[in-house]
Amino acid sequence: MPKDGGIGASTKRREDVRFLTGTGHYTDDINLRGQAHVHFLRSDVAHGRLNKVDTSAAEGMPGVLRVFTGADFADLGGLPCGWQVTDRFGQPMQEPRHPVLAHGKVRHVGDPIAAVVAETREQARDAAEAIVLDIEELPAVVDMKAALEDGAPKVHDDLTSNLCYDWGFVEENTAAVDEAFEKAAHVTTLELVNNRLVANPMEPRVALGDYNRSTGEHTLYTTSQNPHVIRLLMGAFVLGIPEHKLRVVAPDVGGGFGSKIYHYAEEAFCTFAAKALNRPVKWTSSRSEAFISDAHGRDHVTKIELALDAENNFTAIRTETYANMGAYLSTFAPSIPTWLHGTLMAGNYKTPHIYVNVKAVFTNTVPVDAYRGAGRPEATFQLERVIDKAAHELGVDPIALRRQNFITEFPYATPVAVEYDTGDYHATMDKLEEIADLKGFAARRKESEAKGKLRGLGINCYIEACGIAPSNLVGQLGARAGLYESATVRVNATGGITVMTGSHSHGQGHETSFAQVISEMIGIDADQVEIVHGDTANTPMGMGTYGSRSLAVGGSAMVRATEKIINKARKIAAHLMEAAEGDIELKDGRFSVAGTDKSVAWGDVTLAAYVPHNYPLAELEPGLEETAFYDPANFTYPAGAYAAEVEVDPETGKVTIERFAAADDFGNVVNPMIVSGQVHGGIAQGVGQALLEGCVYDEQGQLLTGSYMDYAMPRADDLPFFTVDHSCQTPCTHNPLGVKGCGEAGAIGSPPAVVNAVVDALRSGGHDITHIDMPLSPSRVWQAMQG
Amino acid sequence: MYAFEIDRPMTLADAVKALGAEEAQALGGGQTLIPALKARLAAPARLVSLSGIAGLKGICTADDGALCIGGGTTHAEVAAGAGAYPALAALAANIGDPAVRNRGTIGGSLANNDPSACYPAAVLGSGATVVTTNRKIAADDFFEGMFTTALEDGEIITEVRFPVPAAASYQKFEQPASRFALVGVFVAKYAEGVRVAVTGASEEGVFRWSEAEAALTARFTPDALEGLSLSGEGMISDLHGSGAYRAHLVGVMTRRAVAAAG
Repeated sequence: MPKDGGIGASTKRREDVRFLTGTGHYTDDINLRGQAHVHFLRSDVAHGRLNKVDTSAAEGMPGVLRVFTGADFADLGGLPCGWQVTDRFGQPMQEPRHPVLAHGKVRHVGDPIAAVVAETREQARDAAEAIVLDIEELPAVVDMKAALEDGAPKVHDDLTSNLCYDWGFVEENTAAVDEAFEKAAHVTTLELVNNRLVANPMEPRVALGDYNRSTGEHTLYTTSQNPHVIRLLMGAFVLGIPEHKLRVVAPDVGGGFGSKIYHYAEEAFCTFAAKALNRPVKWTSSRSEAFISDAHGRDHVTKIELALDAENNFTAIRTETYANMGAYLSTFAPSIPTWLHGTLMAGNYKTPHIYVNVKAVFTNTVPVDAYRGAGRPEATFQLERVIDKAAHELGVDPIALRRQNFITEFPYATPVAVEYDTGDYHATMDKLEEIADLKGFAARRKESEAKGKLRGLGINCYIEACGIAPSNLVGQLGARAGLYESATVRVNATGGITVMTGSHSHGQGHETSFAQVISEMIGIDADQVEIVHGDTANTPMGMGTYGSRSLAVGGSAMVRATEKIINKARKIAAHLMEAAEGDIELKDGRFSVAGTDKSVAWGDVTLAAYVPHNYPLAELEPGLEETAFYDPANFTYPAGAYAAEVEVDPETGKVTIERFAAADDFGNVVNPMIVSGQVHGGIAQGVGQALLEGCVYDEQGQLLTGSYMDYAMPRADDLPFFTVDHSCQTPCTHNPLGVKGCGEAGAIGSPPAVVNAVVDALRSGGHDITHIDMPLSPSRVWQAMQG
Repeated sequence: MYAFEIDRPMTLADAVKALGAEEAQALGGGQTLIPALKARLAAPARLVSLSGIAGLKGICTADDGALCIGGGTTHAEVAAGAGAYPALAALAANIGDPAVRNRGTIGGSLANNDPSACYPAAVLGSGATVVTTNRKIAADDFFEGMFTTALEDGEIITEVRFPVPAAASYQKFEQPASRFALVGVFVAKYAEGVRVAVTGASEEGVFRWSEAEAALTARFTPDALEGLSLSGEGMISDLHGSGAYRAHLVGVMTRRAVAAAG
């Protein structure tokens, strides 16, 4: 049994005290003396030539300090893209310039044209309305396939077309894949859309730039999942500020789901303007602005084909996907439909031949980048939907078809370049069948039918590659950054510990779970451990939080640093007890000499490190502080099986989720309660995508879902009580904690379960339906039933 | 939000006087107007807040049995206090969210006449009387299309008088994002006949479905509606549903309202 606060304990989240009592410290809570406010004038057309931006009237408005336009940034760098994808033909992707403020053209509704800095927000907004724009509106491209047609309007005049890249993976697989399809006994084909989403974290984005004229130091306070990455990208590529003169602080962050990974124009602007005006400059996004300036997610159009032999073994998969990049390349956009999507197309199945083709396309829409799951939900959705369709076409049980094709031997090298280290897919499916009470489904369906409702059951599996990632591998794949993580463990003289982690928490509970790991390793109370993150001034260079990587990578760095601490403390203890270092044991916060009753407490050792009166100064430095950087050897591969049970109202098309069960294998689990919470949140977002959320543009590139009046977010009463289980544990083989990551699983595993369930329900009502595109709104389901 | 002047009259007479000023606009609970102001979609020079007028609040029963609700009564107050007319109380209890229900008022909702609001269906479906500072307006004469009513400039809704039916029900099918009525149907059975009012569906705003009324007046059961349907033409068609879908839902919600009214 874990002791209170150690690994395995469901310790309550210490950070929730401040989050739940309104005492959190978010970026918008920071107000600096002399602070000015910026309002961005954003394009209300999707595509247009900026002939003139006349700011003369605005400059004379009350409170206005200065009006900036694209011309002010013409000589500076553009917002950089952090990943270069090489196409099927060995050529680099087309990479357009992404100016801080639009210059020459506007390319999506929301593209910032001018920035007014004034004494108050309202004054800045008033003055922005006095800016006179001469925009020659151009035809917009919104639909990806239309954008690739000859003669389509070009989003970027200096590129050859709207095609960012045409990627094939693995190109060498094509002949074998084609041959497998020719020989197939059965081929199932499915065309589907993975709907565009808006991340909608509860806290909108904020940026506050500050400049100290006397030291030449810049500070940016920002809502970010990775402050060091922002410092590197903005300092080196946009503004030309060396890192030692640039501090980036991301304090409490109220959710991100990926959308706060990226370096945004507003951050660069506030940092730049603070120096230009010698005043702190603050921007707080409104919710309406967030809809047209935060990076969106998903937005794939896919055709997937699955080949099976006469015994229903999967023999090949072939996919063709169009992936929307939006108008510019957001920080990690090119990697999402490629390396985080194509590499997962094997799923949990031993399909020998796979080929994935992805065409990334520029359109006059908001840039698209990672959103909870990022590429992996898109891969899982198409695979698990086509398997369900195949099961139906072949008249076999969808669970049996999956089980028959499961990978059962590990490590397993997929035909799409990754090697799963460990897993047990039958175990999670067994667990799912138990916790979802699949045996009782038939009776529950009868009860629903008695009420005039159709009931459906949807099952699916998922696998994801998390804990990103080995730096040398991602470097070969085009990443322009390393993906290690760092930690400094500072033991204080009286034994308390401060951990400075390069990971960042925007709701994940690191302050609690990271402390549990240290508590377990040393045997001291978790209360003795403080976790610090989010400030480049006091944390080692870290890559931040996304891709379910914090515990697997950041936690591993912390373990490595703590191991160094323990090794040194052991030496000190040996000295104090005049024993051989090899005889020293650490247990429950005490060092003892094996086979004797001699021992010293943790606090005695730490005090000796800082008051080294009796200390081996000739061999050992005083002090007790260590830093480690951890670069993983492989991705981690969480996997699981999910089940959704839905009722469909045949008269209205309304879908309700009656039951939802998730059996996940996350490897070892540090805090089961936090892990359950992460799965709950992920499922809520996955159900949101499946039933409610959909970001829609009209043909002119106007956003039709620009507010909560039209963009449907999941609410508590849209969701049932979830049954989640993470007792199936195959520990990761290559990180010291044996953990795999749990942040994205729910959002990856739940959309196909819901759609499979709705299709099953409709079939039970006699409707010959094979697919409905998400979100499965009442009107879409009703329309499908009309045939 | 643009800057504006605000008056906070304590009496109806002062409110009427204040509304006589140039570009003055009445402010009820502000659940529509305040968001519009914040988005800078409206820019009145002067707002006249009606919230301080005690005489506009409250619920009572008139001598003729009608339930009288002050124009400034909030949805939450109606939900809690209109027990004499359960279908109306239930409708009020399901408008928006608690914040909306604690601020929004019946008078504000009716004056705004949002084509997807709930209250217009109750008022038209009940054949209620809208009492203003100037006159009494029958429900059938009050609603004049989307966001348009018979109210004149400066006219304030002081009270709404609902004849209490023998049986009634409001069935709302929610738009998934806003949870306004994608289609809402209010059915009320009176001695003189059955009234059926539909909100959310038509481009003309709330309307009465006369064929359904006739059928239900003859026989108040869901089966009486068999064979009756509306055309999708003239129905709202948007992201959340086509005109044909809304027309279909009117039939479904009407049947359910009759069934629920019993």
